[in-house]
Amino acid sequence: MKKSNIKSKHIINHPLFLPLVCLLLVLIVNLIQTPSFFKITIQNGVLYGFIIDIINRSSGLIIMAVGMTLVVASSGGTDISVGAVSALAGAVCVAVLGTGESYRMPYIISLLLPLIAGMVCGAFNGFLVSYMRVQPMVATLILFTAGRGIAQLITGSFILYVKPVQFQYLGSFLPNVPIPTPCFVATFVILITWLTLKYTSLNMFIQSVGINPKASHLVGLNSKMITFFTYVFCSVCAAGAGLISVSRTASIDANNVGLNVELDAILAVAIGGNSLSGGKFSLFGSVIGAITIQALTTTLYAMHVSADQLPLYKAIVVIIIVALQSPEPKRWYYMIKSGISSGRSAREAN
Amino acid sequence: MRIFKKTAAVILAIMMFMSLAGCGNNKAPVSNDSSDTGTDEKSKSIYVGFVQVGAESDWRMANTKSMQETFTEAKGYKFEMVDAQQKTDKQITAIRDFIQKDVDYIVLAPNTEAGWDTVLGEAKAAGIPVIIVDRMIQTNDNSLFTAWVGSNFKQEGYDAVTALENVLKSKGIPDTQEINIVTLQGTMGSSAQIGRTDGFAEKMAAHKNWKMLDKQSGDFTQEKGQEVMESFLKSYPDIDVVISENDNMSFGAVKAIKAAGKTCGPKGDITIVSFDAVHAAFEAMIAGDIDVDVECNPLHGPRVEKLIKALEAGESVDKIAYVDEDVFYAKDAASIIGKRAY
Repeated sequence: MKKSNIKSKHIINHPLFLPLVCLLLVLIVNLIQTPSFFKITIQNGVLYGFIIDIINRSSGLIIMAVGMTLVVASSGGTDISVGAVSALAGAVCVAVLGTGESYRMPYIISLLLPLIAGMVCGAFNGFLVSYMRVQPMVATLILFTAGRGIAQLITGSFILYVKPVQFQYLGSFLPNVPIPTPCFVATFVILITWLTLKYTSLNMFIQSVGINPKASHLVGLNSKMITFFTYVFCSVCAAGAGLISVSRTASIDANNVGLNVELDAILAVAIGGNSLSGGKFSLFGSVIGAITIQALTTTLYAMHVSADQLPLYKAIVVIIIVALQSPEPKRWYYMIKSGISSGRSAREAN
Repeated sequence: MRIFKKTAAVILAIMMFMSLAGCGNNKAPVSNDSSDTGTDEKSKSIYVGFVQVGAESDWRMANTKSMQETFTEAKGYKFEMVDAQQKTDKQITAIRDFIQKDVDYIVLAPNTEAGWDTVLGEAKAAGIPVIIVDRMIQTNDNSLFTAWVGSNFKQEGYDAVTALENVLKSKGIPDTQEINIVTLQGTMGSSAQIGRTDGFAEKMAAHKNWKMLDKQSGDFTQEKGQEVMESFLKSYPDIDVVISENDNMSFGAVKAIKAAGKTCGPKGDITIVSFDAVHAAFEAMIAGDIDVDVECNPLHGPRVEKLIKALEAGESVDKIAYVDEDVFYAKDAASIIGKRAY
């Protein structure tokens, strides 16, 4: 009896417990409303179903959320330029390949150059935040506004289309592979990040810089360099997400790629149970957060909520999720629990 | 550390250069002949000042080109245009500038709907007629502008119904068969979305066998359109028609349909009715992806010229003038594409 109590307490206190509960809550609504939601079939040689949609569509957001988590953890601020950076990366990618019947340059360059562009953007953000000590939101605000401008400049303010079919592989399916390619990319990014954090001291360094940069500096950590690195990494992630988005539509619309996605990325970090003031973080929390956001959107589509009411429902669910994760409900839970057990023990004594 | 600082400095320099380049490219206002404002020339030619929103889309650029090509010097016009780079305050400054120059007509493509009363009041006091194109303005005083030229989005909705009737007929689908329709709506609350949705719904009521299964917004973008269409395809296994309120969403829908292993277009199972008729949509029609496209005509120039000619002759003009808009079918796309201005 007592042992199971300890076990349940352990589960409840696990940092991933509440984010997972929230995701399950969203999915359970579907179980009641649209039972066909969980049906997965093979259609046209690929996996097909709402669940696949969620995983596929959330991949880009997951990648961004991974980068955003590290930025939040190390600097206690957010990078609001990720959407613009993804548009910029997409623009570079299409500019490299051109709009002809075949690629203008080898495909690999169209992957590397945008990622380098993302790196440059991240270096710019990171330099301002860590070395110039500009507030993260203000520093990234520059690229938030200018990034799309640069992207527009590259595309000449046109929507450009890439014709070769192979270009769409990254955003849809590889031939004879039933699983969407973005899932592989997202898994790859999560794995690389997780392994790096696990098998180097980076995890601890980032947390310690996030909690107290000065103290970290005094014990010999290069705090500024670590913060700088997280911003570079975040922008590279954003560029990667941009590449997926561009490949998915086989076109670049610099005005709309990654529009408002920075807010979703920050929300994913928050829903994942991470504190936005920096310090301790959970990578998988953010991943679950990103999936939850996409699950919510797909759920509302599947429930046929009309477009004008959609933002309202989204807002309500987000408020509930965030409120659930705030410290107060946890305190209530323990208060009620201790109230019940003390009542029970009182009864038993009688 | 030192090397790092150096690289950072280089990166910063590059970034600054890039943003500078951005400024340089956007700054110069487009004007045809702003240099000479001689008054004696004015008596001969009609001086038209055009305040354009910007150059944000293919549609807008076609709109600009139409104006430039209509009001040529050869036809006896003196035309001057200001590109406001999507900023309302720049448009207001430009109007004041035109009043100062004492132009004969001001043509305004307003960036936003509200906030025009003061500056248009000034134009009215100066006795300069104002013709509004594209978007409408919000005002309580209708005497502030002489006429408005633009698209009739509701009519486009009506046209889509007629177009769909024709397509279904040509596909040999009988009137008795139930037709399942889904709609990809534009950005909620935009005039194009409201007009097209309402217009279609109104005329659709005459067809008892047409059934609107669902409507959802794709925000006029390809990616959202694709995402919503994926969801539609899963919720409704038997979709016959997709009404997509702009071309970009149609491109997304086509991708979603093909990914699901279904077919669309004139030879496919799912009929796609699109709006706007941009160049890429013609290519999609030729490729056999889209069935029919209802035009949203950006060529406002001729219509505005007609108004100005009538005003010059002292005639009264209608307050609201719609541009002529056409419907294009996939079978004609190949022969028309070469003639399209945008």
